[in-house]
Amino acid sequence: MTYRKPLLILALLAVLPLIRAVPGVNANYWLHNFILVVMWTIIGMSWNLLSGYCGQVSFGHAAFFGIGAYTSGLLYVKFGLSAWWGMLASIPVVGAAALLIGFVCLRLRGPFFALATIAVGVILRIVAENLTGFTGGDMGIMIRERTWVEKTWYYYIILALAAGTFWFVDRIIASKLGYYFVAIREDQDAAESLGIDTTRYKTIALVLSAVLCGFAGAFYTNYMGYIDPKVVFALHDISVMAIMVVMVGGVATRWGPVLGAVIMILMAEIIRTIPKVGTAHHTLFGVLLIVVIIFLPNGVVGDAAKLRRLLRPGRSA
Amino acid sequence: MSALLEVKGVSRFFGGLAALTDVDFTVGKGEVLGLIGPNGAGKTTMFNVVNGFYAPSRGEVVFKGERISGLKPYQICGRGLARTFQVVKPLQRMTTLDNVVCSAFLRAPNRAAAVANAEEILKFTNLWDVRDTVSKRLPLGLRKRLEIARALATEPDMLLLDEACAGLNPSELEESIGIIRRIKERGITIMIIEHHMKVIMSISDRIVVLTYGQKLADGSPAEISANPEVIKAYLGEGDD
Amino acid sequence: MSAAKIEVLLQTLISGLLLGGLYALIGLGMTIIMGVMKIINLAHGELMMVGMYVAYLLFAWAHIDPYLSILVAVPLLFFLGVALQKYLVNPVLKVDAILPENQVILTVGIGMVLANLATIIFKSDYRTTPVDYATKAWYLTDLWKDSPIELSLSFPWTVSFLFAVGITAALWFFLSRTDMGKSIRATAQDKDAAMLMGVNVERMRVFTFGLGSALVGAAGCLFLPIYYLYPDVGGQFTLTGFVITILGGLGSTVGAIIGGLILGVFESLTATYVGMGWAPVGRFVVFMLVLVFVPGGVASLLRRRRFGK
Repeated sequence: MTYRKPLLILALLAVLPLIRAVPGVNANYWLHNFILVVMWTIIGMSWNLLSGYCGQVSFGHAAFFGIGAYTSGLLYVKFGLSAWWGMLASIPVVGAAALLIGFVCLRLRGPFFALATIAVGVILRIVAENLTGFTGGDMGIMIRERTWVEKTWYYYIILALAAGTFWFVDRIIASKLGYYFVAIREDQDAAESLGIDTTRYKTIALVLSAVLCGFAGAFYTNYMGYIDPKVVFALHDISVMAIMVVMVGGVATRWGPVLGAVIMILMAEIIRTIPKVGTAHHTLFGVLLIVVIIFLPNGVVGDAAKLRRLLRPGRSA
Repeated sequence: MSALLEVKGVSRFFGGLAALTDVDFTVGKGEVLGLIGPNGAGKTTMFNVVNGFYAPSRGEVVFKGERISGLKPYQICGRGLARTFQVVKPLQRMTTLDNVVCSAFLRAPNRAAAVANAEEILKFTNLWDVRDTVSKRLPLGLRKRLEIARALATEPDMLLLDEACAGLNPSELEESIGIIRRIKERGITIMIIEHHMKVIMSISDRIVVLTYGQKLADGSPAEISANPEVIKAYLGEGDD
Repeated sequence: MSAAKIEVLLQTLISGLLLGGLYALIGLGMTIIMGVMKIINLAHGELMMVGMYVAYLLFAWAHIDPYLSILVAVPLLFFLGVALQKYLVNPVLKVDAILPENQVILTVGIGMVLANLATIIFKSDYRTTPVDYATKAWYLTDLWKDSPIELSLSFPWTVSFLFAVGITAALWFFLSRTDMGKSIRATAQDKDAAMLMGVNVERMRVFTFGLGSALVGAAGCLFLPIYYLYPDVGGQFTLTGFVITILGGLGSTVGAIIGGLILGVFESLTATYVGMGWAPVGRFVVFMLVLVFVPGGVASLLRRRRFGK
């Protein structure tokens, strides 16, 4: 695959913090949104790897996001380490958790895997809420020493992480692993009879996906400076949001998660700022999800041709 | 001829129903064995037992001297026994080439080698012209052949073909028979389920007849077509 | 074991069974939809929430007893279910998508919209329905003066439970004795065969979605006198519903009833002996254990026994 387009886009994104120089613009506000978009791109790519390519639809990515976030937070609270170490520590922690979760959940196929992952997400949330001695329960964890007040560095860190994730997923998909993932999605029995150890490769997909999502979680702790179980293990605002980002952008496409994150985060922000409509944001998201599933099942990227056809008569009229 | 595959006293029950009862036969190295029988005789169940989708309820399957019953399908494929499906199962959203590349990865050390192997097989099975077609858009005849190509890409010693010729038009049929013959020439042992009597009689070295999950007869095509029991049980009421 | 301990245990088991009977009703609705449509309806709890608000409004405006509201909520939810199936789920069944789980994701979208609309209309306030029998209960010592232990049976819980049992019985009668019910069971067992037998599968799907919704709407009315009401109340019942569906063994109605009872008792035990906050974890622990050790659910255990005979 060629990397000219991704590099060009990366270069464009890299100069976005120059927005500070533009007079009259609330640069912090915009940078915050850019950071969220990029973070959601990572979560989307992570979900896309497991669910889009390998076909194991997860409704529980909040589990990995939350474990990543809490790894960071707990390192800080319990061991007095910088929460940035959480980015590194999250790899073994989230990886191990994913192995365990996969051992149970990957015995199930199709929608039953999806249900099991919902359960995992909810279990972790309740455990985090109730293990008050360990996690601080509903009080959450506060990171008191913030590394930077200013957002530019956070932006570059998450951008670098996203670029790395993009490259990594790209390489995976072009390799034997990628072929095997898609084979498992398309027909598990056929894959198994063609010599593919489906349990093993599904587990690999799950662990890789989880670790990527855990990174985003660990970053979130550092960036926001505060986490609690309801936020980082949220079913709708994390797990379902991850699904929406990819469904809207385009399942099993290279650019789907990127475009999906842009659309979803900007839409959420616009909805939030309109008075009265703000409370209806789940309704609008739900309607969007329903419309996408019925009319654009392959997302904006996957159904680009269809979208263009739909828009053309509108333009001429 | 030394036996490559030995089916020893295999029974398979579903609930209280016996799909296979005490079936014995062997397939020699380099042989083409036809497996025939009326609908519901247990042919596909036999394939599923040999290929590892089902464990036999009793008995065992031995391949290259090793007991393979109880192993998973991917392990059995890894030991050199590949199969095709009666109801084709192409990887729908992949191109023809990618379908075969995917199988070739089993033995290939890297992507380039897998692609090279896949390309060779596509030429061998006359699928080269449709290599970039997404497999769900292929007509049935070509999808059937893609099944064979995918199985070949795993570089098997033995191939199980489950009705690889069903539903083909006469010219496709000729082509597929040619391909199966050439697979045999490559030294690959074949076990084939087929309803087309013409196909089975012309390519099999030996035929095993199953009825109601039991082995009725075992012999050369000439012996089978002369066997009064087979004629009564199968050919007599046959629909072909 | 001291008398006090026995008392706690028995009381826990009683509340567990009562809760379980209501759970069974929720699980039944989801199970029927699962059986016929082969999809898990993740908007199930939200449909129940709609049923609860219907009963709540009738109580607030006209002081109609929640148990009486069943007569309103059931047809209303039936038509809501029919509409959802006809205009949203059915079109998606025909869409060719990479992920077949599209249908499940769709129901999540429906659930989000329902819960959010409820928030907009009713605000996020917690509401209770002050029926005058809310705290009424029967006590063992009233019946048996010298009883060494004291047990109580809450009036609304008991009535709700009895209603649930009645509705379940009616459903059983419908499924096993009427032509429509038999067609539904045939469709659930083998869609293609049912079609060959002249069953209008499309119509059965629509009807089943309506029936499942109506059942959970009734469950909503039964929960109202004994539970808080708030817009997001549905989420937990969706989870309960699918846990029961899996526990019961995917599409088995008897399994769903037993599954509901098991879950109710288990949650009740967890709440008493581990802590209130942990009860939902108990639910998912059961779920995971079933997935790992009894993948076919209660139904597979029943079947195994039958073959054993």
